[in-house]
Amino acid sequence: MTRLASANELAEVRERMLAGGNGSRPTISVCGGTGCRVYGSEQVWGAFRQELEAQGANLLLEYDIKVTGCHGFCEKGPLVVIRPQGILYTHVRVQDVPEIVRETILGGRVVERLLYHDPQTGAPIEQEEEVPFYKNQLRLILNLNGQIDPFQIDEYIAAGGYAALARVLAEMTPEQVIAEVRAAGLRGRGGAGFSTATKWELCRRNVLATGSGYIVCNADEGDPGAYMDRSIMEGNPHRVLEGMIIGAYAMGAHQGFVYIRNEYPLAVRHLQRAIDQAREYGLLGKDILGSPFDFNLSIKLGSGAFVCGEETALIASIEGRIGEPRPRPPFPAQSGLWGKPTNINNVKSWSSVPLILANGAGWYASIGTPTSKGTMIFSVVGRINNTGLVEVPMGISLRDLIYRIGGGIPGGRTFKAAQIGGPSGGCIPAEHLDVPVDYESLTSLGAIVGSGGLVVADETTCMVDFARYFMTFTQQESCGKCVPCRIGTRAMLATLERICAGQGQPGDIDYLIELGADIKRSSLCGLGQTAPNPVLSTIRYFRDEYEAHIFDKRCPAGVCKALITYEIDPEKCTGCQLCLRNCTSNAIHGEKKQPHFIDPEVCSRCGICISLCKFDAISVH
Amino acid sequence: MEISISEIHEILTQAAANEESLIAALEEIQARYRYLPAEALILASETLGVPLSQAYSVATFYHAFSLKPKGKHCMHVCMGTACHVRGSPQVLERLESKLGIHAGETTHDHLFTLETVNCLGACALGPIVVTDGEYSGQMTVSKVDTLLKRLMRAEKEAANDQTGISE
Repeated sequence: MTRLASANELAEVRERMLAGGNGSRPTISVCGGTGCRVYGSEQVWGAFRQELEAQGANLLLEYDIKVTGCHGFCEKGPLVVIRPQGILYTHVRVQDVPEIVRETILGGRVVERLLYHDPQTGAPIEQEEEVPFYKNQLRLILNLNGQIDPFQIDEYIAAGGYAALARVLAEMTPEQVIAEVRAAGLRGRGGAGFSTATKWELCRRNVLATGSGYIVCNADEGDPGAYMDRSIMEGNPHRVLEGMIIGAYAMGAHQGFVYIRNEYPLAVRHLQRAIDQAREYGLLGKDILGSPFDFNLSIKLGSGAFVCGEETALIASIEGRIGEPRPRPPFPAQSGLWGKPTNINNVKSWSSVPLILANGAGWYASIGTPTSKGTMIFSVVGRINNTGLVEVPMGISLRDLIYRIGGGIPGGRTFKAAQIGGPSGGCIPAEHLDVPVDYESLTSLGAIVGSGGLVVADETTCMVDFARYFMTFTQQESCGKCVPCRIGTRAMLATLERICAGQGQPGDIDYLIELGADIKRSSLCGLGQTAPNPVLSTIRYFRDEYEAHIFDKRCPAGVCKALITYEIDPEKCTGCQLCLRNCTSNAIHGEKKQPHFIDPEVCSRCGICISLCKFDAISVH
Repeated sequence: MEISISEIHEILTQAAANEESLIAALEEIQARYRYLPAEALILASETLGVPLSQAYSVATFYHAFSLKPKGKHCMHVCMGTACHVRGSPQVLERLESKLGIHAGETTHDHLFTLETVNCLGACALGPIVVTDGEYSGQMTVSKVDTLLKRLMRAEKEAANDQTGISE
């Protein structure tokens, strides 16, 4: 690859790619996201190469076979999309590949059994874009994820990539870039929702005053149940880089870092490859695209500490120390990495920047609500039919998100709550399903947009146990520097554990509310300031469940072990002895071919018998 | 696994001698030995010019580091929210009772280390167990049993092969 010395040379790469048929050639794209890889998508990709070669002499030359980034519809993986027809095949196995090549590639016919079928009507849907999961989304950041090979910078360029950077460097002053981002109304996508342009402006002012500064991409995605940042970096790493280079230009920074979790090896690999390629093209380094602007970027691996998502803790970690936050002010924009002005933005925020500069602030600001602009990516997980990554305009109703895109709740069960914002967030119960998903509306209900984790709970989820789960998480992740968080989360967790163990006392609920309010008010950083949210919001909407645990010694969802018993229905039990043989506590008794029974005194409620029983004979009371 | 001082020294001298290189250098040593031997911390402190107390605090603060040797097979149970609501606590409990250790511990024969991880970001597959980098999705208690049986059988065969050779 040769250095691109001007915007024109970048445009030439694009024209060359398009003339060579990139984007218009027949393509088989196989999803290479982590989920689909686990399902075996790499083998599927290999099988396509083999079959094309076996079934037709020139097929391999006619077709592009790509492993792309995550398509988002993880529930149905491995996913394969055949273009230009736009046919989506789901759950594709190696043994399905010969049929796809014979029928679809050679015969022009659709393999119906591999299509997505509407769960209500059972009707097959042929086109990817007609599948409700995709149809109701607005994929601006994720749009190229299923289309381009993330290892090929040329494919990103062919799709219009780096054109925004070229225009910025050739035609705009840094002030104009910041003004554009301000007019677009972009707010930080990492959780707090602070105005991106305001942060940039403050940083730029300090960089000008002190002569140097840094920018950082916060890719320490530690929120359990959220994985969109990883998917962006795996599927389209160049858009993150383009956003960062534009931001560096706007703020006058010449060095940047991507702070990324080392639990994401694939994302690290893709990002490193993207940085190398951008450097070869001169999109990083000296005199970018022939302009006088220099910028370098390197990767810093996080070592697995949730608190490092907090800006000042992240800075300490990059500097080589333990990730303990420090009081603000001074803000990182004033004194950050090595005491220099530093701007930190989330992966999604950086990825939004090229879109704004390419399409204009007016276009971006037309999407969303008056105060929350653009799109937001949620990872919709838990008790939901269509687990996956969805990108929607800000302001969409939670109901649409869960039912129209998420496909509702599996197994005929009912929606109980959506937990949004992970360990810092809160629950939205069924009565607020029509709430518009934006920063202000969610906050008013006690949840937050946060980093976009959305976990769906149904009636089999115990909300006290759910709160206990999040408190266990934050308590373990508390760095221990400030007392309210270190000791307060421990005290809250101990109370929740007691309640789940059937030893709740009158007054526990009020104690949790009071202590939670104190921790929020007095903790040093965002981790502690938001740690009580999952507890407070479950008390707010599901106080009856707490009361059932404390006063009736009952777990309505049948989850908390100390409060439930297992029973075998003698009508359904065939006496097959499978549960009896596998019971770890020898609590199951009964003769062969006779109904069995469980001794509640001995039973450890491990759930093995339920998971093994073929006759659905064991139930929880 | 044998600890090689010269190898640790080599990793450390490739890093710039400052505080900033500490975490990356320890990550490399951890990747090599799957734990941080005491010697490595002392050497890191001397070579990079940071106090030993800081090397120790970093090594104990971040989850990626371990001061104890790991077993031959590392099993990670995802405890992310999606896996939790889909039943990962039962999966973990079964592994704990079958292996006779708690999460974070290694079996006496040094064959298995059992650990939990916060989120692997493959939520559609939950609950997930990762064994030596190999993902097993939609785990249940009985699938745990099958997985362990397979691992134990492979171990037994490997042990038999070894005795075969030595005989």
